[in-house]
Amino acid sequence: MLAVQKVSRTFDNGYKAFKPVSFHTEQSEIVGILGTSGCGKSTLLRAIAGLDLGFDGEISFQEQSVRSGTEHTGVVFQEPRLMPWLTVIDNVVFGLKGNKQEKREKGARLLRAVGLKDTEKLYPRELSGGMAQRAAIARALVTNPQLLLLDEPFSALDAFTKMQLQELLIDLWETNHTSMLIVTHDIDEALFLCDRVLIFRDQPGVLFKDLKIDLQRPRERGSLEMAEYKREILQSLDLNHDVHVKSAI
Amino acid sequence: MTQTEVSHSPNKKSPGKKTTSSVNYIRSFAIGLIIPALLLIIWEVASRAGIFPQYLLPAPSAVISTLVALASSGELWTHVSSTLSRVLIGFFLGTIVAVVLGSFIGFFKPLERLFDPLLQALRSIPSLAWVPLFILWMGIAETSKVTLIAVGVFFPVYLNIVSGIQGVDRKLIEVGKVYNMSTASIITRIVLPASLPSFLVGLRSGLGLGWMFVVAAELMGASEGLGFLLTLGQNTSRPDTILASIILFAILGKATDAILKQLENRSLRWQDRYET
Repeated sequence: MLAVQKVSRTFDNGYKAFKPVSFHTEQSEIVGILGTSGCGKSTLLRAIAGLDLGFDGEISFQEQSVRSGTEHTGVVFQEPRLMPWLTVIDNVVFGLKGNKQEKREKGARLLRAVGLKDTEKLYPRELSGGMAQRAAIARALVTNPQLLLLDEPFSALDAFTKMQLQELLIDLWETNHTSMLIVTHDIDEALFLCDRVLIFRDQPGVLFKDLKIDLQRPRERGSLEMAEYKREILQSLDLNHDVHVKSAI
Repeated sequence: MTQTEVSHSPNKKSPGKKTTSSVNYIRSFAIGLIIPALLLIIWEVASRAGIFPQYLLPAPSAVISTLVALASSGELWTHVSSTLSRVLIGFFLGTIVAVVLGSFIGFFKPLERLFDPLLQALRSIPSLAWVPLFILWMGIAETSKVTLIAVGVFFPVYLNIVSGIQGVDRKLIEVGKVYNMSTASIITRIVLPASLPSFLVGLRSGLGLGWMFVVAAELMGASEGLGFLLTLGQNTSRPDTILASIILFAILGKATDAILKQLENRSLRWQDRYET
């Protein structure tokens, strides 16, 4: 599916976002890119999304280089990025081509799928943060992408809305089995959603660890196995140091 | 599926909203009338009591009767219509040139570097400085007047278009890029709607300047128009004529601005604005 080969990104001012990184993802896999801020994870996602083509190395999806187009990819950003002058339904079908009737039906179906069925005619300003992000997810899915890229999609939401939307994402995945790549700095989110977590660290970022999350779905938040994984991740990010000292005392 | 958030989705179109908003509108309109009405009464009383000399400041009733006389002789319409048509023609010409130039310069950065310094320099020339040149070039007739007005309208519209286009959120443009949209459709579907608010602000301040410039244009020599009435009132020592003309300017300026404001409200319903 997605093949990232020796990709690195150095900006014009000489700043290096991350060192050469390579990985593959499989069909219908949910992969998390986890790391502290500044490790270049969003930069990597932007490269995969085709929004930043200044990278070195090669990124291809289904054998097609992202430099030649990304029509199979959908993107959900950290902010909803809805067009404020369009109603919710028009925002959802924003990237669709084709006749109006078909677009409307498809848009309405996706709005139902993300739990926003009575909001078609509202403007974005009338939506709560969680609703707006649902609409953004619907917009990203409306073109039936085979790869959904999410850049810290829920980090601006409150804890409860965040959990609801994580569950929504899993529900959507159960019906479509769309491959997903999720950039996040939230370990619990990565553990709840992902089949695999790529752990980035340092500055410029390096791919430090490729961790398979072997947990059945639906996953139970706060389960012991998850805590075990969390500890492993925290340790690999050198964030668990103090805890050890304390427990030793 | 999680539905909890949706259950309290905002239902803004509650029944009866329309009637309350129109009542509010009338109320705020009435509140706005209190001070002007008081001033008019004081003015009228002071004039009748002889505090203001009639030959300098006639009473409001005298101004109104002058207006009525002008209206009944049909003169009023000649003046109003010629001033209004000058403003409108100048406004449209200035706006069209501003839209064309502003769009190109807003979209293409190199063009901005090429044109903007010149335009900024031209902008700092006081409008009246053009008057002799325009008269020399185009004579005293309509062309020079309309051109002067168009020049006045051009700058605010142009500046707002350029800043509107350049201020479009890069994040929204990226959404278009994600869908592999062409530059042309990114412009028509994202950049233009996003810069509409700024454009409308430009139109309104352009229209305001248009009214300012029409006075300048008509003062420099006209045989009809509200500016001509001003000069006439001055030359014949008729302050009532001057005041009548000023009132007409106020009414026309306010009315044309209200039309644009209506247009703005209608096309910017989507904006998240602070409303009282």
